[in-house]
Amino acid sequence: MAMFLIRRIGHGILVLWLISVAVFALFFVAPSNVAQTLAGRQGTPETIALIKHRLGLDLPVWQQYLHFLGNAVKGNLGYDYYHQVPVTHIIGQALPITVSLALGAAVLWLALGVFNGVISATHPRSLADRGLTLFALFFYSFPSFLLGLLLLYFLYFRLTLSGFGWFPAGGYAPLAGGIGPWFQHLLLPWVALALLLAATYTRLTRGSMLDVLGEDYIRTARSKGIRESRVVVVHGLRSALTPVVTQFGIDLGQLIGGVVVTETVFSLPGLGQTAVTAINQQDLPVIIGIVLFASAAVVVANILVDIGYAVLDPRVRLH
Amino acid sequence: MTSAIEMVDVIDEPKAIEGRSPFSLALRRLRKDKVAMISLVVIVLIVLMAILAPVFAAVTGHPPNEQYRDIGLTPDGLPRGPNGTFWLGTDDLGRDILVRIAYGARISLLVGVIATAITVVIGVVLGLAAGFLGGITDTILARLIDVVLSVPFLLVAIALVSVTGPSLTVTVLVIGCFSWASVARIVRGQVLSLREREFVEAARSLGAGDRRIMFVDVLPNVIAPVIVYTTLLIPVVIVTQATLSFLGLGLPPPTPDWGGMISESQNYYTTAWWFILFPGLALLVTTLAFNLFGDGVRDAFDPRADRT
Amino acid sequence: MTDVLLKVDDVRKEFPTHSKEVVQAVAGVSLEVHKGETLGLVGETGCGKSTLARCMAHLYDVTSGSVWFEGQEISKLSRKAMRPLRRDVQVIFQDPYGSLNPRRRVGSIIGDPFAIHNIASGNDRKKKVQELMELVGLNPEHYNRFPAEFSGGQRQRIGVARALALRPKLVICDEPVSALDVSIQAQIINLLSDLQREFDLTYVFISHDLSVVRHVSDRIAVMYLGKIVELAPTSELFGQTRHPYTRALLSALPVADPDTADSREQIILGGDIPAATNPPTGCRFHTRCPKARLDCTAEEPPLEPVLNDQPQHRTACLYPLTVGEDLSTAVPDLKAS
Repeated sequence: MAMFLIRRIGHGILVLWLISVAVFALFFVAPSNVAQTLAGRQGTPETIALIKHRLGLDLPVWQQYLHFLGNAVKGNLGYDYYHQVPVTHIIGQALPITVSLALGAAVLWLALGVFNGVISATHPRSLADRGLTLFALFFYSFPSFLLGLLLLYFLYFRLTLSGFGWFPAGGYAPLAGGIGPWFQHLLLPWVALALLLAATYTRLTRGSMLDVLGEDYIRTARSKGIRESRVVVVHGLRSALTPVVTQFGIDLGQLIGGVVVTETVFSLPGLGQTAVTAINQQDLPVIIGIVLFASAAVVVANILVDIGYAVLDPRVRLH
Repeated sequence: MTSAIEMVDVIDEPKAIEGRSPFSLALRRLRKDKVAMISLVVIVLIVLMAILAPVFAAVTGHPPNEQYRDIGLTPDGLPRGPNGTFWLGTDDLGRDILVRIAYGARISLLVGVIATAITVVIGVVLGLAAGFLGGITDTILARLIDVVLSVPFLLVAIALVSVTGPSLTVTVLVIGCFSWASVARIVRGQVLSLREREFVEAARSLGAGDRRIMFVDVLPNVIAPVIVYTTLLIPVVIVTQATLSFLGLGLPPPTPDWGGMISESQNYYTTAWWFILFPGLALLVTTLAFNLFGDGVRDAFDPRADRT
Repeated sequence: MTDVLLKVDDVRKEFPTHSKEVVQAVAGVSLEVHKGETLGLVGETGCGKSTLARCMAHLYDVTSGSVWFEGQEISKLSRKAMRPLRRDVQVIFQDPYGSLNPRRRVGSIIGDPFAIHNIASGNDRKKKVQELMELVGLNPEHYNRFPAEFSGGQRQRIGVARALALRPKLVICDEPVSALDVSIQAQIINLLSDLQREFDLTYVFISHDLSVVRHVSDRIAVMYLGKIVELAPTSELFGQTRHPYTRALLSALPVADPDTADSREQIILGGDIPAATNPPTGCRFHTRCPKARLDCTAEEPPLEPVLNDQPQHRTACLYPLTVGEDLSTAVPDLKAS
């Protein structure tokens, strides 16, 4: 187990390092006119050169990279170009928003997906099965921005017009300011995200549940006269959930850097929107910091999933 | 139609020499899947719309990028709703939404097909190589797959497009270069178990080289999952392209594409519902049709997944 | 002395395991295969006979030792250099389900040898394939069918047709009938015999079933845990059995006559086959041998003629059986005297 962990973490670090090289090369090789922008319209070549020097942009790319890497190892991802705020601080501010969004949506989509999946699997080929599959695929087919805009149109605009101002047009209310406003601001984004992701979980639960329900030990349980609902939930669902847990871990990791659109549509200043703003301003340290942080989230989630898998299923050999 | 085919089969049975390949069996199952067949019809209609886009322009008399600031906008400068001249209404610049949707279908389908093709070819070749050759090739490719799958795709795509400037080629390349990894991972997994099968050893005992074994013996055995994945990848690619456009990184205006149209409609959705509804509907119907069809393909190729 | 077609010289084949141990699948085997004969290779599952077969066909690289075909060492040839020799050495595999590619048509499977060695193409190839199908008793009209559309016996005929396509000199049959029903086994064995006569083939015939091997072989080699324990012409192996392990295998053979069956000695071997990662010292069979003595645990017996046998009958045993010796009453004695 220890060896497995060490190797897995080693792979993770290697992957992150490769990503840092790739991202750095990509953005620093591409032409940049940040110094020009910062110097403003009246910027003389001297001021531009000075700004470049101050930001370290006059050094060769590989020196800039070593500098960056040295700091990154110490937990310093650099400072943004415009206000010299530490990138870690920017990430720290945006992260709670993205995490609130992801976790809340996760509760919804897990509940929805697993529930629908179990119903589908216990009534295969029935009307309910077909209906739920279609329901899942329908929302799965939605581009996230379109679903977000539709929710805003009906549940914000239409409702507010009719005098029910239940949902805001967007934005974020920190949890510190009370759970009510926080919940109110996040409910629509949660629904938007959960509806999209629930489909995968419906299908996954259905498939693995069908497999499990066909196993001998389920038949044994039934033949012992155990109530059907107990057979399904206690005996079936428990083993059927392993692939669901796997997928869940991977999805959560990817959401850290992957809810760009939902955050944009609902004006949530999470990691995704922060990154998009940084991209528009060519604020390289922020972009690289967020990309690396999001990649790290995926890598860590994958390692956790592997460990969880090994713990849950003793048949998995660790090598 | 179906019964006619079965009749022929029955008559031919005694001297049926043509073998029933797993592929033709899957096709036969697919043909019986009503939902998949209806989806296929919808897909064909969308393809026709894309091909016949100039006809839409000719019939309505509105070129896709022509701005009718007089008849296409209200006196306040707002889009006009559906009417006799503009069947699906106009956008914020007084352009015909119907014609632009038809032209937009070209972009979506083109990107969907080309980017998917690139993805699948790269993914299959690298997955085959990694799984079959093993050793150092596999180690390097496996790490590369990890890297690509760990990167936050949309963020890097946005960043890349913002650096290079938006264009069709960039969109296709970005999608292709980031999506191949999951195909490669699927293929690699399959090949790892296939290469231990006895028929690979049999081919080797006949004197077949690596390349022949990879492409003649192993490849046909991974085709089924690849076909399933491909049909399900097309709608994902179409959505990705629309998303990039929505974020302002699709195609330079005034080229009509669905994501861009929805993006432009954002500021008008309170006043002009048709502006967002019709492009949104076009996009949704397309992805839904592809997903339903893909779902049917999956069931047809892997009947086990849908057994009772 | 007849011509030697294939010579195996002190071949060892080891496989690494995950836990850093080594499996000795073949632990030093030497034998010769003569032109035109059928050499049977018999032993329990896991004794290394299939591994030895793959070493003979150079599908595996040997760990040490060498394999010679027609006087040329093939065990160290690269894949490319081995290619022309593949025409002469062919393999028929055990599993008629696994050894045929499920996604390819039978015609193209049997045509593979022609395609790989650039011998015939197009209609010419098709004609040759259909001739082969007819030769092995398949309907040539089934050219375009898939393996799944054939029965087990028919599939093994496909495997035979593929192996014979290039008129090889040596065919290594790796348990060619083990996966088949008994009634089908006879058909395939008869087919192989007919083809041997017609094309002057040399067979190495591997099986865990001594009765099958007995039926087809001129000589038989008995393997135990990676080593040959007895090698003799078929009649001598049965009439003058020397090795206790061979005797144990023979005693397990079904006998048609119930009277003889009753009076026959029954030798039940105790214990399981030891792990090939950690084989017993000395004679590898001593842990299960009814006649084991203390020196069997220390001294590894060489494979050589014993008790005035002819040179072609070789046995690796310190206490070989005499004709008529009753093994069923023997008791191992491993105490130091």
